[in-house]
Amino acid sequence: MSNEPLWEVFVRPRRGLAHTHAGSLHAPDAGMALRHARDLYTRRQEGVSIWVVPAAEITASSPDEKDSFFDPAADKIYRHPTFYELPEGVEHL
Amino acid sequence: MSELLALGDDALIAAQRLSEWVSRAPTLEEDVALANIALDQLGAARLLLSTAGDEDELAYLRDGPQFRNCLLAELPLGPARGDLDFAWTMAWLLLLSSAQLLRYTDLAASDDELAAGIGAKTVKESTYHLDHAHQWTLRLGGGTDESHRRVQEALDSLWPYAHELTEGIRDRWLALVEPILAEAGLTRPADRWQPEGGRTGRHTEHLGYLLAEMQSLHRAHPGAQW
Repeated sequence: MSNEPLWEVFVRPRRGLAHTHAGSLHAPDAGMALRHARDLYTRRQEGVSIWVVPAAEITASSPDEKDSFFDPAADKIYRHPTFYELPEGVEHL
Repeated sequence: MSELLALGDDALIAAQRLSEWVSRAPTLEEDVALANIALDQLGAARLLLSTAGDEDELAYLRDGPQFRNCLLAELPLGPARGDLDFAWTMAWLLLLSSAQLLRYTDLAASDDELAAGIGAKTVKESTYHLDHAHQWTLRLGGGTDESHRRVQEALDSLWPYAHELTEGIRDRWLALVEPILAEAGLTRPADRWQPEGGRTGRHTEHLGYLLAEMQSLHRAHPGAQW
């Protein structure tokens, strides 16, 4: 339907949080992509900041590489900080 | 409060006009954008009409001559009725939203607390509507020969109606719109005839068709609730 390039949209829900992927859209250029993102992804006050990124500029891991990329981490429990006593009062860890 | 009624009618009729684009815009994204702007206009209309009486009665039970919207708001969004044109619509939105932004800015600075509250809310929305029209005017004006021709033709056709739209704020409005036209490489149309009458209830033939569509449900089922 649309010949316009695809853009990935990242929205930061509020101050102090990171931008997270919200979805994608078609737009002729970055300026319009940002405005469309505002209309499509923040109409219910979902965010205070938007990034748009050309989808073509994203280099993604391939599902074919899933085994070599991610499985080796499965049996290395010593990488997880689970062997420490959590000091009292520490949150978000 | 007659100025608020006039502004409310501008917004109401503009909302109805813009809603014609729903499901017909060039892209899904633009469809949502235009629907958003139409809904903003409707929201502004509700606030403004409520200052003048019952919003439903005013919107759905008045006949054409009782409406106070400017003629520009009721014009078809294309060279002919039923012939929706995107460049035409963006030219129309540029003229209308820039004037609304100035009117709402004045409202926000008003001594009347209610009017000032409405102005504060609608200024933000109008700023976005103008930005949307501005962005598209740049792209259409500097796009292809076809897009440039269409937006220039629309501007030439709609420009006379902007006289009534901008009565009392003409200089400030020109200061807002002329730089956008220059930036888009468009020719600022010459001032020629100045059609008017909307503010006193003398409308174009287009308003009747619009009202018939907008009011038919309410008139067929008075007092209907969702």
